Amino acid sequence: MARLRQSLPAYLFLLPWLIGVLGLTIGPMLLSLYYSFTDYALLNTPEWTGLHNYTALFQDPRYLHSLRVTFIYVGVSVPLEMAFALAVAVLLNRGLKGLAVYRALYYVPSLLGGSVAIALLWQQIFGSDGLLNDILGVFGIHGRGWISEPGTALWTLIVLRVWQFGAPMVIFLAGLRQIPDDVLEAAEVDGAGRWQRFWRVTLPLLSPVVFFNLVLQIIGAFQAFTPAFVISGGKGGPSDSTLFYTLYLYQQAFGNFRMGYAAAMAWVLLLIIAVFTGLNFVLGRTWVFYGDEGVRR
Amino acid sequence: MKRVLAHLGLSAGALIMLYPLLWMVSASLRKNTDIFDHPGLIPEHPTLGNYALGWSSTGTSFGVYIMNSLIICAAVVIGNVITCSLTAYAFARMRFVGRKALFAVMLGTIMLPAHVTLIAQYSIFRNLNWIDTFWPMIVPSFLATDAFFVFLMVQFIRSIPVELDDAARIDGCGYWGIYRRIILPLLSPALVTTAIFSFIWTWNNFFSQLIYLSTRTRLTVPVALRGFLDATGSSEWGGLFAMSVVTLVPVVVVFVVFQRRILAGMAHTGLK
Repeated sequence: MARLRQSLPAYLFLLPWLIGVLGLTIGPMLLSLYYSFTDYALLNTPEWTGLHNYTALFQDPRYLHSLRVTFIYVGVSVPLEMAFALAVAVLLNRGLKGLAVYRALYYVPSLLGGSVAIALLWQQIFGSDGLLNDILGVFGIHGRGWISEPGTALWTLIVLRVWQFGAPMVIFLAGLRQIPDDVLEAAEVDGAGRWQRFWRVTLPLLSPVVFFNLVLQIIGAFQAFTPAFVISGGKGGPSDSTLFYTLYLYQQAFGNFRMGYAAAMAWVLLLIIAVFTGLNFVLGRTWVFYGDEGVRR
Repeated sequence: MKRVLAHLGLSAGALIMLYPLLWMVSASLRKNTDIFDHPGLIPEHPTLGNYALGWSSTGTSFGVYIMNSLIICAAVVIGNVITCSLTAYAFARMRFVGRKALFAVMLGTIMLPAHVTLIAQYSIFRNLNWIDTFWPMIVPSFLATDAFFVFLMVQFIRSIPVELDDAARIDGCGYWGIYRRIILPLLSPALVTTAIFSFIWTWNNFFSQLIYLSTRTRLTVPVALRGFLDATGSSEWGGLFAMSVVTLVPVVVVFVVFQRRILAGMAHTGLK
């Protein structure tokens, strides 16, 4: 009892957060879970249908298609984004003058890339009369409607994500600064070439940062919405080729008012992200080097 | 020689990266008929006409959308700064029953995809008659729901020496006094970082503004921009680019002014 009374001031400080976490996070999470087992169209009272929404999901070809589109998007754009981020960070970290300027310039796309304005610009650049085809035309290459053709539309979104490699790059740069010079010099004295130093010294020492970026980028990429929504006019076309998971969820919830179905989609998304994050942590043990293993041995 | 090559490569890379943005600015200064004529950056007959046209061509002045966005952004910044710091202070400095469990819950909510609360939140806000108002965007920030900022501030407060708290306590300060007079002033770098990112993310946030707002005069900048071509009859690219530039300028200005803080904040916490 005395301990509880001592806790009172802390709970007063925590009051806004407690209300928020119960009323806007945990409560709605559980409510969404309940909705996912019901037929709910916002205006009716939810009607219990058991696992029906979940079984229906995996027989819904558009849903399965949206899964495929999202996996391709995550699987291609995240590694490319990371590779660019790491390469440019390593290049910038070699004591060049003007580092701060380059870092800022390369970061600008990350700052603006999530906005509607940039998505609209992208729609323009990759349109059949757009900037890209104009530039290709200068070289005598006849372009195509990058956004209007199902074969290339998703790739314009992947390019848009990779274009924003500045954010992980800044984190890589901070990580590279932590690597002590004497370790690299020692490797050089031992006769390690530039590539060997990168693969054997820099990369292992940087691996916790790589891991951190990877986890963050994968979680973020699974939830991408704005570019696909804006560029495809909310439809996910052409031929559903840009039908991201979250876009299909939006269509079901706010286009068809199938709230129960959308809630089931949201919970499956949470599971997918949790599995990928968990997998990252398990696999991470094999390649992330925290620097204390050697000391103990 | 190697250095020159590196600089050439990096500058060329930066130019390619920024070319779309520069081109958009240039396109916003051209007549509608000139925009797609050539891919260069220098407009032949530069004009500000698109800005005047775009500002009013959706039927509602663009100033209204900007005002709406600014109101929401200001409220979110204030809400996050106040409630996240209160929460962070309790977690970092106070002892109470259930502290570890609640801290774990707070950490767990950082990575939670918003979609898993979305449907239920929407139906709750609907029952409160908050659809088509600013409340669904503003109220969560006054309930410290952005756990990321709480975490950022907890880390920061832990680096403030506890001796300062003790000294204040001896001088007669209670928890509130310590929070107001010691922690808040010393926390100001983290508060500024929180304010900057709250502003940028809210300004760019599209999803919740899309689902909650519908009346034209209540729309925010991103939602209005996305409906621009529909509202004006789809060929007014010049006006669209002009207004796009207008919507990006506040973010760029904030970045230029607070560049060092933003990049340092990114590097320490992995903020996107």
